[in-house]
Amino acid sequence: MLKSTRNALIGATLMGAGFAGHAQAETTLNALFMAQAAYSEADVRAMTDSFAKANPDIKVNLEFVPYEGLHDKTVLAQGSGGGYDVVLFDVIWPAEYATNNVLLDVTDRITDEMNKGVLPGAWTTVEYDGKRYGMPWILDTKYLFYNKEILEKAGFTEPPKTWEELAEQAKTIKDKGLLESPIAWSWSQAEAAICDYTTLVSAYGGKFLDGGKPAFTAGGGLDALNYMVTSYTSGLTNPNSKEFLEEDVRKVFQNGEAAFALNWTYMYNLANDPKESKVAGKVGVVPAPGAAGKSEVSAVNGSMGLGITTTSKHPEEAWKYIVHMTSQETQNAYAKLSLPIWASSYEDPEVTKGQEELIAAAKRGLAAMYPRPTTPKYQELSTALQQAIQEALLGQTSAEDALKSAAENSGL
Amino acid sequence: MTGTWISTRAWLLMLPLLVVMTAVIGWPLVDTVRLSFTDAKLVGTEGGFVGTANYIKMLGGSNFQRALVTTTWFAVISVAAEMVLGVLAALLLNQQFRGRTALRALMILPWALPTVVNATLWRLIYNPEYGALNAALTQLGLLDSYRSWLGEPGTALAALIVADCWKNFPLVALIALAALQAVPRDITAASLVDGAGPFNRFRFVIMPYLAGPLLVALVLRTIEAFKVFDIVWVMTRGGPANSTRTLSILVYQEAFSFQRAGSGASLALIVTLLVTILAAAYAALLRKAAGAS
Repeated sequence: MLKSTRNALIGATLMGAGFAGHAQAETTLNALFMAQAAYSEADVRAMTDSFAKANPDIKVNLEFVPYEGLHDKTVLAQGSGGGYDVVLFDVIWPAEYATNNVLLDVTDRITDEMNKGVLPGAWTTVEYDGKRYGMPWILDTKYLFYNKEILEKAGFTEPPKTWEELAEQAKTIKDKGLLESPIAWSWSQAEAAICDYTTLVSAYGGKFLDGGKPAFTAGGGLDALNYMVTSYTSGLTNPNSKEFLEEDVRKVFQNGEAAFALNWTYMYNLANDPKESKVAGKVGVVPAPGAAGKSEVSAVNGSMGLGITTTSKHPEEAWKYIVHMTSQETQNAYAKLSLPIWASSYEDPEVTKGQEELIAAAKRGLAAMYPRPTTPKYQELSTALQQAIQEALLGQTSAEDALKSAAENSGL
Repeated sequence: MTGTWISTRAWLLMLPLLVVMTAVIGWPLVDTVRLSFTDAKLVGTEGGFVGTANYIKMLGGSNFQRALVTTTWFAVISVAAEMVLGVLAALLLNQQFRGRTALRALMILPWALPTVVNATLWRLIYNPEYGALNAALTQLGLLDSYRSWLGEPGTALAALIVADCWKNFPLVALIALAALQAVPRDITAASLVDGAGPFNRFRFVIMPYLAGPLLVALVLRTIEAFKVFDIVWVMTRGGPANSTRTLSILVYQEAFSFQRAGSGASLALIVTLLVTILAAAYAALLRKAAGAS
């Protein structure tokens, strides 16, 4: 009797201590981001600091890895029982993450205001099978950047509207001795190469999958790779492109060694910065070209989103943090680095000022964003395609055969 | 009686180590073996028993065979070069000259650097647009135009081997130098009096002292070279066109990128088995060498 009373007392004391502690408890969130140029580590820390000011009871630990390590790190942490509450994910992963129960379904958390305010095309970044697994955060596609000065010297007043025209202009630039190899791409054996390939697939009206089976071995998928190979073997493309990532492309373009370059939004303001770049003030940007008779412009969906992991013990706080990071206020403040996901921002002079050309290109490019295939086996398919692209570029096999073996190795 | 007490005490003394070893090596290894017979995914499903299906699929695939050839080339050439360079460096540093101590300290530097740092440095050196190697070779007139060393299947593996040698030959040199210090001076002096040339002196006087330690270095380096991952991952990620995809990269992709823990485990065990066979063969060599001397 006495004993049970004592236990009850101890229990009550402990409970009281628990509650008292809870009122001042700090929740600690662990978030995984990527190290990159647009929204750099310093930018993400600054955004997070403003969240911490508004929410003193939530502490956010940030971790940054290069894009190449982002997927595997997320999956590994999940495989070993968790570790992150908030993760940055690429548009190509929701299918796999949803299938393997990595991310929480947040469909019900998204308010009407968000639904109406965010650009319709941006939602595809976080959707799989009718459900939403986060909020879009970085809205991005590849644009055609061109060096206005070089085009002028070659006698062109307008940038190319089609890929064929781009090849012709590049040939003129090469023949006039202005540049040895006028085009720069990111064709290293990495996801970057798939983004360039997808842009061309969208121009030529190709399809990755048809009824879940590979459909890129003919039609637009084949035209796209043939274009790459021709551009490479004819010497119009910088031969080092096959080991370039996006940052290498930026360096080449900023040194004035490329007339044309395909790259993400972030390159625009950096290449126009006199401290960074030799071509500041000469940078033109338009949507990636279309293909004659098939399309007006081309674009790949290269957006990324923020989601909550299923292992997170603090989903509420995590969502609060995601809402802050993707809010119109935060996005507008950093619009020089990455364009906002909110439709009304594109009419806001604060956002458009000084980057009118980019905004004009974005309006057309973002509307044409073409998705990479949505499949839980995406990583395998991508790896097989990367190999195919490189083999075809190196002339080890024909574009057609390379794509056929990619289809066989895709696991689909 | 005392004998049993001593052996019991020996076991007791080793017990903590045995417990730790079982926990950090034994159990994961057993679990990997179990995994390798299932179709488990990395996250989500437990996976069911599939017998030897993973092994058959992995061993039969062209990816494995190609990666095995790539890895063998990498290991054989880089280890051979590291041995030769290491011994030469040790012989040089064993001479009496001013600044020897500083040079020894300098030589250890590449080996002391983390592999990722080393790989990043070499990526800069090989850079096709502004790399030091291209600049140097062009200025010397050995090259007409800049080359994409890591972008050509013909040169990418060689470029990796050079970077790996640069990092690892100091280890061989260090082991060889320690062995050289043990060569008694009167023997080398006697061989000089007897009129032995430098080659014969190396072959008959120095080599007996070097053989054992060098074999140890050889074993260490071969096993490491066979498991190579980080330097390749940082520099080429297995490209261009998979020409530098080594066995460890294959294991990584299978288990983590494609999240097939089952077949990844079977592949990892195949690699472990290969390395174990190599190590056993070397151990036999070592015993023979020890017996001969």
